[in-house]
Amino acid sequence: MSEKVVIGLEVHCQLTSLKTKLFCSCPSNYRGREPNTLVCPTCLGLPGSLPVLNQKALEYGLMVALALNCKIPKRTMFFRKNYFYPDMAKNFQISMFDRAGGAPLGYDGYVTLAVGGTQKLVRIRRVHLEEDPGRLVYPGTIDTAPYTLVDYNRHGVALVEVVTEPDFESPKEARAFLQKLRSILEHLGVFDGGLEGAMRCDANISIAGGARVEVKNIGSFKDVERALTFEIMRQKQLLAKKVAVVRETRHWDGERRITVSLRTKEEEYDYRYFPEPDLVPVEITEEMLDQIKARLPELPDARQKRFVSQYGLPGYDAMVLTSDKALADFFEKAVAAYGKPKVVSNWLMSDVLRCLNEYNLEIWESKLTPEHLVEMLKLIDEGVISGKIAKNILWDMVSSGKSPKQIVEERGLTRIADEEYLRKLVDEVFKENPKAVEDALSDEKAIHFLVGQLMKKTRGRADPQLANKIIREKLASK
Amino acid sequence: MGGAKLHAHHVAELVRRGDLSAYEHVCQILEKIERIEDKVRAYITLIPDIALEKAKEVDRKVEKGKRLGKLAGVVLAIKDVISTKGIPTTCGSLMLQDYIPPYDATAVERAVAEDAIIIGKTNMDEFAMGSTTENSAFGPTFNPWDLSRVPGGSSGGSAAALAAGEADISLGSDTGGSVRCPASFCGVVGLKPTYGLVSRYGLIAYANSLEQIGPLTLCVRDCALLMEVVSGHDPRDSTSIPTEPKKYQDVLEKGVEGLRIGVPEEMIGEGVDPLVAKEVWRAVDTLSELGAVCEETSLPSLEYSLAAYYVIAMSEASSNLARYDGVRYGFRAPDEGMDWSSAYSKTRRLGFGPEVRRRILLGTYALSAGYFDKYYLKAMKVRTLIKRDFDEAFKRFDVLASPTMPILPPKIGEKVADPLSMYMCDIDTVPANLAGIPSISVPCGLVDGLPVGFQAMAPPLGEELLLRVGYALESQVRLYERIPVV
Ligand SMILES: [Zn+2]
Repeated sequence: MSEKVVIGLEVHCQLTSLKTKLFCSCPSNYRGREPNTLVCPTCLGLPGSLPVLNQKALEYGLMVALALNCKIPKRTMFFRKNYFYPDMAKNFQISMFDRAGGAPLGYDGYVTLAVGGTQKLVRIRRVHLEEDPGRLVYPGTIDTAPYTLVDYNRHGVALVEVVTEPDFESPKEARAFLQKLRSILEHLGVFDGGLEGAMRCDANISIAGGARVEVKNIGSFKDVERALTFEIMRQKQLLAKKVAVVRETRHWDGERRITVSLRTKEEEYDYRYFPEPDLVPVEITEEMLDQIKARLPELPDARQKRFVSQYGLPGYDAMVLTSDKALADFFEKAVAAYGKPKVVSNWLMSDVLRCLNEYNLEIWESKLTPEHLVEMLKLIDEGVISGKIAKNILWDMVSSGKSPKQIVEERGLTRIADEEYLRKLVDEVFKENPKAVEDALSDEKAIHFLVGQLMKKTRGRADPQLANKIIREKLASK
Repeated sequence: MGGAKLHAHHVAELVRRGDLSAYEHVCQILEKIERIEDKVRAYITLIPDIALEKAKEVDRKVEKGKRLGKLAGVVLAIKDVISTKGIPTTCGSLMLQDYIPPYDATAVERAVAEDAIIIGKTNMDEFAMGSTTENSAFGPTFNPWDLSRVPGGSSGGSAAALAAGEADISLGSDTGGSVRCPASFCGVVGLKPTYGLVSRYGLIAYANSLEQIGPLTLCVRDCALLMEVVSGHDPRDSTSIPTEPKKYQDVLEKGVEGLRIGVPEEMIGEGVDPLVAKEVWRAVDTLSELGAVCEETSLPSLEYSLAAYYVIAMSEASSNLARYDGVRYGFRAPDEGMDWSSAYSKTRRLGFGPEVRRRILLGTYALSAGYFDKYYLKAMKVRTLIKRDFDEAFKRFDVLASPTMPILPPKIGEKVADPLSMYMCDIDTVPANLAGIPSISVPCGLVDGLPVGFQAMAPPLGEELLLRVGYALESQVRLYERIPVV
């Protein structure tokens, strides 16, 4: 169990905020569209068509490289990565390359990661731009389909590829990195990680200096942890049996939750990279970089620090909140309307996140709004509902999107502070529990029991202080 | 015109003035095609009905006194490597036998906007790979000057169509001489423009970093005219130079007085047919008599140009031609029950001819791990050296001159069995492609009744110089008054 695990990631993120594809002016929002309707001669790779670089994509790519603290070359160019595959219209992919005179958009960067209470530096090897291939569609399942269809709507969508050094020691760290990367990209406003297939990742895993295995086709955060855990277990089992791990590329099968061998080192593609002759080299000037830097928005690390200084949150809370842009935005909206940042943070960090986790939802997917959360907090403050009831109705708020007032009314959950009514109920409780009343005269525990019985009768709605007061008075007058 | 063909600029002028009906002109050319196309085989696709319709449209414009374009009524033949919307574009290959592009190349769009009339698509070596037009999947084209000989290539159909009077003007493409070689062999004018001067949008790529669309014409003025139409910046081609088209016709009569012309010994010495060399030297003398200052010079790096050219061209080709897999368009071999990889192989094995397969394999090899540095990168370095040699030479000379082709048009079948000796014929044309400079071929004489081409090269965007030299030479040689045998 002591063998050191080394993991590196290669993450592909679509620049989903772009209106058009990387090398043509077809719309890049292909989701939910009729197959092969967002295509033109260029993204279909028709004979004689030519690519023209989307300048906005270049700008976004540079924003990402800068946000990941990368060095930026003065000049870069696109290369052709040659390999045959049915999802490719030209049977080569226009990408970037760091040899033969090429350079990535960014290199030698880093991201800080909070791991087990300490800061960890994850080194970024390179950031570059490339085009997304088309989508293969299998009628039925991949195993039984008699033929494959290709949808080229996705073909040519701009991807930013982020490659890390092998700096992760566990699947958890890898997942935390993806979370952080996503938050950074979302803060930049170039990416919406909530879109299906917008972030995909390949991983390199080796154990105790053994052969490196590449796992491809990991589709989500949740999968990255599963895929890596499986692969580590597989390699450890081989090592335990004294079988050498072979250097190979494996495919993550998300359905069966296993990795399967795709090809061995001998069968690796030779991509025959060479400079794309249809595009001119990209000159990156100081002015260009200065302009982009000046427009860079606040990023998660800075926002985390601000949450500590401005709202007085503990560092850990600030980190958790800013690791998800939607969550951080939610927090700030709620605080703007309600104040009391620590109260808002506590609710978000504990009950809201637990609830979201249980429903397997992300905050933006849920129906909870900052306005509703604030309304709920105010109901507590006004004594209309108890904290306990608030925790209860939160579930309903998240799943139904109803306002807390509506839920409280529908379910009759308003706190009972009517003293006369409560005195009547206490009398009933006393009548039903004569033994406890007897004991209560000498045993504090029995008093708690009686309060509990009253709460039960009122389904938790009785004002606890008032209930206590009445019970003690009635006992004293006995 | 005393039996000589009407040149395109004449046609346009007569049509604009209402002195020639575009319809009748097209009919005449169609009659000529009817009579001799069987012997010449210049075309892969003819579109007489569309051409006649368009001619009527031009005539109607004349009648109504509407503004007419620079190519009004001019009959245009387009090499079948240039995309034409709705008209098959085969690249001389089985692979694209049934391919109909959904869009026009920029050059075509511009010519049509100037009221040119497309008559058909001309034959070529498959995917522009060859110097004889024998590598066409649809059979060879024959040289109108001697039907037993090749017209040159790869734009052989374009040059032959012009020489035979089957078109007024033509667009070809030149990757390593594919416009100039057939122009030379068929006794017409051919220009390879500066890299980036004419948009490549719609030109089906053989070797992107080397090639340009270029005019083939009956005379230098027509060449200038067509350049005025097709050149100039195109945002759809990233390698397009941001420049406006020049008024090339305006400089033609400026003469060559005082122009310094260098003749690189590497391009006219060893391997050049002495009869060809003699005609070219005679042309140099003519230019001297007209006031040019001519002298011999040397560009030592040219020795490596052929090797560098073929490595770069084949490397790029191997990648460009990867898209022909039968999935989206074009030929697809029967592949019932085969996996995709075997199906691709079968389609590509059957769809491509032997020369194309040879170049794809060689190019794939040159880009492979372990060979990339040795071949591709080295070729790129040679390319840089050649550019530098040209830069140096152009400090001393305005124009460099040489034979276009080192030989006279070979007999059909003579070169096809020996690819290496065919590649050697490109020795004088490929340097201009490697350096990205403009180069023109102008007929300068006949040897045994076969045309000889004179080549001139200029610095980037020096087309005006080339047209001036070409025009001056042409005015003395007047080969355009001679008519081929057919
Ligand atoms: Zn497109």
